[in-house]
Amino acid sequence: MGRFHRHDDGTVHSHDHDESSHSHDTEERPGHSHDHGPDDLGDHSGYATGRARIEILEDIFSENDRCAAANRAAFDAAGVRVVNLMSSPGSGKTTLLQRTLAELQDRLRVGIIEGDIETPIDAERLSGYGAQISLLNTGNGFGGECHLDAPMVARALAALDLSTLDLVLIENVGNLVCPAEFDVGEHRKAMVYSITEGEDKPLKYPVMFRSVAAVVVNKMDLAPYLDFDLGLFRRNLATVNPSAEVFELSARTGEGVAAWVAWAVGTSPGR
Amino acid sequence: MHELSLCESIARAVTREAGGRRVSSVRLRIGALRQVVPDTLVYCWSITSRGPVLDGSVLEIDYVPAAVECRDCGTLSELSRFTLSCSGCGGTAVTVVSGEEMLIVSIDVAEAPEASAIPPA
Ligand SMILES: Nc1nc2c(ncn2[C@@H]2O[C@H](COP(=O)(O)OP(=O)(O)O)[C@@H](O)[C@H]2O)c(=O)[nH]1
Ligand SMILES: [Mg+2]
Ligand SMILES: [Zn+2]
Ligand SMILES: [Zn+2]
Ligand SMILES: [Zn+2]
Ligand SMILES: [Zn+2]
Repeated sequence: MGRFHRHDDGTVHSHDHDESSHSHDTEERPGHSHDHGPDDLGDHSGYATGRARIEILEDIFSENDRCAAANRAAFDAAGVRVVNLMSSPGSGKTTLLQRTLAELQDRLRVGIIEGDIETPIDAERLSGYGAQISLLNTGNGFGGECHLDAPMVARALAALDLSTLDLVLIENVGNLVCPAEFDVGEHRKAMVYSITEGEDKPLKYPVMFRSVAAVVVNKMDLAPYLDFDLGLFRRNLATVNPSAEVFELSARTGEGVAAWVAWAVGTSPGR
Repeated sequence: MHELSLCESIARAVTREAGGRRVSSVRLRIGALRQVVPDTLVYCWSITSRGPVLDGSVLEIDYVPAAVECRDCGTLSELSRFTLSCSGCGGTAVTVVSGEEMLIVSIDVAEAPEASAIPPA
């Protein structure tokens, strides 16, 4: 396995330490050479005596995951189901949340954690449906956070009274990479994909598409104007996530939204 | 994308484990499915690793390829791209067996605490 080093001169390279002692003197970096035994400690930092190795074997996400577990415990104690909604920017998360709130108004008590505010209008779009809304400041007008993590969601909970809620929907930052890596304490992850994005998205962002239990295929109202190949998209999705629930809908017209809402609240057969 | 915040987490864990001793290297094990760019992580570490305990320490990253095991025929397939299928029988009943690692494996420290690195009691 390759291993990356930063040397005193600030350069980085990688080489294999599984083989026996070796030295290297690369074409790109003439004059650089050093030896490694299979198990030596290397001497990349400039001092040689009195070393000890401490085994740690700790997950780099353990801080985040402990916080996520605490969030989840708080949700469970209050009997609240939590769905973490992710997508690339502009796929239609906020529009879908608007529709969802309209459907659930007077039926279910909903809270929103809004972590993807590009303009103040985004937050206003969700008001007027009787939902509790907690805004997370993730942008500063020039970009900002690229994902929500568990401590951010914990902070957002201060603005929600979980004891008076049935469902919390989290709008994550528009990004198909890092949000997939961070457990925030949700019960289910879902993503919104829109048919303007190209059928190969699941193959380009497999970790995201694999992380979710449900994929909303949004903007279906545009299908007559595009040459979107739904069968190809579904096959690509199946290669990375064969068990995902798929909801084809239009958040704009509302067509197909009911099945999504049933899944989101946890009453559909597919969870 | 989030390599800087990962380095901050690593720095906190390593500082805690080092107990005031100067750290020379930090060994990580990172799976190919974790969307981390090793060079970026190393660069971010050079920014994050400040102070008497971490200054001058290097990250050594063991990069673990993604692999799946077939529940039907038992074949172990290493993945070069992410498709959940078996290279033996073509089936899709596979389990990811490696590639999701994200571990701080070990650190190398000086035997004795640096006088200047001992945090005030
Ligand atoms: N045609 C069409 N446009 C949509 C649909 N859903 C959202 N949009 C539009 O797509 C743009 C981005 O939507 P928004 O909900 O803000 O996406 P977000 O960034 O994921 O929250 C807006 O102009 C929406 O009006 C849909 O189902 N059909
Ligand atoms: Mg939005
Ligand atoms: Zn070297
Ligand atoms: Zn080396
Ligand atoms: Zn991020
Ligand atoms: Zn097989």
